Amino acid sequence: MNAIKLLLFVPFLGFLGLLPYANKIEPYILGMPFLLFWVAFWMVMASVILMIVYKFDPDNKGSDPE
Amino acid sequence: MNISLLIISIFLVLALYLGIKARKGKDMDMEQFAVGGRGFGTFFIFLLIAGEIYTTFTFLGGSGWAYSKGAAAYYVPAYIFLAYVLSYWLVPKIWRYSKRHSIISQPEYFASKYKSRSMGMIVAVLGSLALVPYIVIQLKGLGIIVSEASYGAISPVAASVIGAVVVTTYVMISGIHGSAWTAILKDFMILVVVIFLGIYIPFHYFGGIQPMFETVQAAKPEMLVLADHGLSQSWFVSTVLLNALGFYLLPQTFMVVLSSNGERTLRKNAIALPLYTLLLLFVFFIGYAAIMEIPGLQGADGDLSLLRLAIQTFDPWVIGFIGAAGLLTALVPASVMLMAASVGLTNSFFKVLVPSASETHQLIVSRLIIIGISIIALIVTVTGGEALAILNIMSYSLITQLAPALFCSLPKNNIINKYGAMTGILAGVLIVLYATIADVKVATFLPGIPQVINDISTGVIALLINILVTFIVSALTKHIAMQENEMNDLNKIS
Repeated sequence: MNAIKLLLFVPFLGFLGLLPYANKIEPYILGMPFLLFWVAFWMVMASVILMIVYKFDPDNKGSDPE
Repeated sequence: MNISLLIISIFLVLALYLGIKARKGKDMDMEQFAVGGRGFGTFFIFLLIAGEIYTTFTFLGGSGWAYSKGAAAYYVPAYIFLAYVLSYWLVPKIWRYSKRHSIISQPEYFASKYKSRSMGMIVAVLGSLALVPYIVIQLKGLGIIVSEASYGAISPVAASVIGAVVVTTYVMISGIHGSAWTAILKDFMILVVVIFLGIYIPFHYFGGIQPMFETVQAAKPEMLVLADHGLSQSWFVSTVLLNALGFYLLPQTFMVVLSSNGERTLRKNAIALPLYTLLLLFVFFIGYAAIMEIPGLQGADGDLSLLRLAIQTFDPWVIGFIGAAGLLTALVPASVMLMAASVGLTNSFFKVLVPSASETHQLIVSRLIIIGISIIALIVTVTGGEALAILNIMSYSLITQLAPALFCSLPKNNIINKYGAMTGILAGVLIVLYATIADVKVATFLPGIPQVINDISTGVIALLINILVTFIVSALTKHIAMQENEMNDLNKIS
């Protein structure tokens, strides 16, 4: 496993690990109570992180192995 | 016939037409039938994996949960998007191995990895056991949607039967190609309907999304955060982790992975899919609006909140489109589940019992199995009561028992052997079955079934014991496994 894939742990640790601090109603962000915003925020972050991993993952270089 | 029923019927016929037409130009062999000749690119794989997000369970259950349990409902998109993160690392490995060994089903994968037919049989039985309740939930959801959206003109039972006939027909003819084509129609419909409802309803009733949440906060603030006990943070974290782990072990998801045309397709999908789970936020908005607008739905009736609110808000023709979208969210996942169960059983049982069976024979048998499973699911749908909820937790807990065997099979040198893997799985499964039966007694003292659906501690405990047994038995049987290897080597030499 190459080092860049370690980034895949970030959504697990960030989203679930910090949950105790995010379990609240206020402040409202984008019209959503904070906890719901937290869920939405990490969905977007998961995508961003996966994009970064994909870009730097050596497995995606060259042609698709058969 | 009312206008909403007419619209639903048109979409049903359209789905059947697309599903059958999908076969065109394909010479149907087992590989085409089961995994589309491993030819699906990013677009189809996206739709088929995304098909698992919008099943009737999330459509009705997601809004229903937000309605009756509040923030606990967030576990659904949470485990799904984390499963996608995990998939980036996990599924290309599965795909690569399966491609190299021409594997088209989950039981075959395990049989091949552990060089054991019994392992394949165990996985096939476990997979089918886990799938039938899922298919039942789709058929039951379909019945609810069509009967509500037709203003009672069609009974839930009649709707379930019609749905089962349609899905069985096109799966038998086109295999997974049929699912792929109907998935296009389904995802387009569900996108339009969910976004429209999720925005229109909060603005129509409350003047915006934040005002709606503020109204809920004033009346029932506990609906917006996780509880201190019961459906608490620790419940949330353990459920999310367990389900994220089990997501790609569900036979139908596993099979969709195999139908991909390459590893990169799967990785690319992992990037886009978490964004797609954002759409579930709109489903929650509808559920929260329903808390204020149609209070008083008790227990399982919470699942009706989305449809009831829509019926209160819109003209029948709009309800027709919502009903059609709901219908499709049942048909597409049910079709992939039928395929997965049937191909798994054909490959791991029929092929072992009748090794001389030709491709044509296998295709005939897998079609017969599809009909058989459909009929069983339909019978359970019509006769089964609320026990469905218990079946649901059971099937997820059951399938996750495959996780240790799967993860250990990934590295080049597997630290466990087939004896350990099989006893571990059996131990886990027995604990789940026992605990579920015990829970049935507990459930009678608990108000409302949904709490039971989500009590996943059973699965976690079973999984831990499973891991323990797997490693102990593997260590104890190490010499047997080694002797066997030597025997194999000797056989090869001689």
